[in-house]
Amino acid sequence: MTDQKTVDQKTTPAIDKNKTIMTGAGILWECLEREGVKDVFGYPGGAILPAYDALKHSKIHHILVRHEQGATHMADGYARASGEVGVAVATSGPGATNMVTGIATAMLDSSPIVCITGQVGSKLIGSDAFQETDITGVTLPITKHNYLVTHASEVARTVREAFYVARSGRPGPVLIDITKDAQQSTCQFDWEAAKPQLPGYRPDLSPAPEEYAQALELIHNSKRPVILAGHGIIISGAMREVRDFAERTGIPVALTLLGLGAFPASHPLNLGMMGMHGEAWVNHMIQEADLLLAFGMRFDDRVTGNLKNYAPNAKKIHIEIDPAEINKNVKVDVPLVGDLREVLLELLPHVESIDRSEWLDTIDKLKGDSAVRDIQNLPDSGHLYAAHVINDLWRQTRDGNTIVVTDVGQHQMWEAQYYKHEHPRSLITSGGLGTMGFALPAAIGAKVACPEAEVWVIVGDGGFQMTMCELATIVQENLKINIAIINNGFLGMVRQWQEFFYDRNYAATPLLNPDFARLADAYGIKSATVSERSQVVPTVESARRHNGPVLINFKVEQEDTVYPMVAAGAALNDMIRRPSPIVETADDE
Amino acid sequence: MLNTFMVYVENKPGVLTRVASLFRRRAFNIDSLTVGRTEKPEVSRMTITVDADRDQARRIEANLYKLVNVLLVENITNQPAIVRDLAMIRVAATHDARSHVLELAAVFRARVVDVSSESLTIEITGAEDKIDGLLDVLRPYGVLEMVRTGIVAMRRGSKSGDAASATESTGPDSANSSAANDDVSYSV
Repeated sequence: MTDQKTVDQKTTPAIDKNKTIMTGAGILWECLEREGVKDVFGYPGGAILPAYDALKHSKIHHILVRHEQGATHMADGYARASGEVGVAVATSGPGATNMVTGIATAMLDSSPIVCITGQVGSKLIGSDAFQETDITGVTLPITKHNYLVTHASEVARTVREAFYVARSGRPGPVLIDITKDAQQSTCQFDWEAAKPQLPGYRPDLSPAPEEYAQALELIHNSKRPVILAGHGIIISGAMREVRDFAERTGIPVALTLLGLGAFPASHPLNLGMMGMHGEAWVNHMIQEADLLLAFGMRFDDRVTGNLKNYAPNAKKIHIEIDPAEINKNVKVDVPLVGDLREVLLELLPHVESIDRSEWLDTIDKLKGDSAVRDIQNLPDSGHLYAAHVINDLWRQTRDGNTIVVTDVGQHQMWEAQYYKHEHPRSLITSGGLGTMGFALPAAIGAKVACPEAEVWVIVGDGGFQMTMCELATIVQENLKINIAIINNGFLGMVRQWQEFFYDRNYAATPLLNPDFARLADAYGIKSATVSERSQVVPTVESARRHNGPVLINFKVEQEDTVYPMVAAGAALNDMIRRPSPIVETADDE
Repeated sequence: MLNTFMVYVENKPGVLTRVASLFRRRAFNIDSLTVGRTEKPEVSRMTITVDADRDQARRIEANLYKLVNVLLVENITNQPAIVRDLAMIRVAATHDARSHVLELAAVFRARVVDVSSESLTIEITGAEDKIDGLLDVLRPYGVLEMVRTGIVAMRRGSKSGDAASATESTGPDSANSSAANDDVSYSV
């Protein structure tokens, strides 16, 4: 025992923190602490071992994951739930390449994470050494920026720059690859002297005065305006300003998937979600609008449909922090490049209140028979539908401090339609990359960031099996996370495309699943299986009361379909609708 | 149309890859890219020509600025600028043809830099069309080998961009304003 201690002291001297000689590994943890990091998600291995050895001198809590992809999604979930930078750690080679999917996910959804990877010794770089991968090369197009560190003296500045780049401007993932010898070698640690030096980095742009004037003119002359509310509102912290703006101008608000929660679902001016699986009336409003105000969104193909006939009569104002997004997909009339909150604060004193009751009254007309078609209002067929589960779950958890983390596919769209989000950061989901397997690890990150929150995972039976190894992480960290598997025995969204566009040829979409309840039992996680609607609420309530993780296997209708749907390449108002029961009855007779 | 960008970047390992990767990822085709040192050791300068329309050119500029190591970008396509390409051309020239080739080289103010019994090697510097012109007239004699550097460019006038202003610049807006340069000189 004493021998062990002496050896440890030798490899990693205890830290005295200012202007002392420290190892690169020691400096790494010290800088992370000073950046405000309390938890990191990681997986050790040869090239990162010196860093793990030095961890014992740090106050940072390390969460051992079961796969490095999970570590990156956890860091991402942590970042999205808290707004702080999430940190993932892995070794070189396979450890680093396993992070690629999580990094790309964070990149497309502008999530601030810092990934730290070990690298073989600097003398070995380029020699195809054991577990050597050029991870800075691999991640070049999927990081906001990345670094290769080959000496201890570069560690402090690199960490400071990485955190600054990750969280400022349009946030994104930054990777730091640190060679083994950089972790082991020593230098004098000087936090003050290691200030970021980024002469080319400009995160703080703002629009010109004449651009504000042009925007105001368009706003005041518009008769049928719609606000398109995106993820940028949440990142910028502009919820209050967007609400003030909408209320003062009387302009209705449509949301993107990642915008859900940025504007309260219950607000009278909230239209709902737009896009491929958005509400029919929302897409109609956008197509009929004479002005679109894009707030922190990027006209993704999933929200525009066919660009050729997208909002043909609308002028467009684009408030966006990233100049490279301007005119990328949709040509805009007035770009306002800057931080959304600051731009809105600039605009707010000048906007005039205009009576738009005529335009708002058209919403009801456009809603038409949507309510009749809604699966919530169809007669009970004895089947359990995913929409029922999600809507019931919303009713039970709506008043609490709840974070819902979804995976990707049909259940994700039903969640977006039937769980009404009132608060920012109450929905965490992979939008841009559409990463299956995201939900479970991202929920772990969210729970670690917000231990007080009630965290629900809503995940399909396909995506769950991509990262279900992280159940062990949940148990190991004793995290109270509730998992709702929407189990339809299919890769549901792919099956839906096959149904509509591939002549119902269900190639490779039926799933042979394990008994998820017994799987949970094996991990010591409380479980339940539900196949009747009457059981949804009692099972949810019992799960909420249980003082530990719970997994519920909801066996739902196998071949249900997400409606409405804008087919890829179709115009936004050209939607496949859920058949109206009235029409159906008529046909039957 | 061909756009010409002057790009100042931090002189650090891997920056060329970042710039080249950006063009590949955003599906823009680089026509020519040159990179070299500047008067400041910590700054390198690239001249990039790329086929793009007006909107694409703006997006290229914005995307270049997103690279953390990029200091300053100027699209000098429609600005008075000195643009130079350098070519070395080895042309077949046995003694019959030799004097003709030498005359043509003289007309284009090109220099002969190597001579062998079968060929002459000519070095020429100039705008791309001038080099193309020389190539056209040399082709009948037999061009055995050619190499070109790709273009380097510099704006005319006393307020031309320099590496020092690149490191002090605060943003794309200021880059645009310095590009609106009326103090321009025209040399021959």
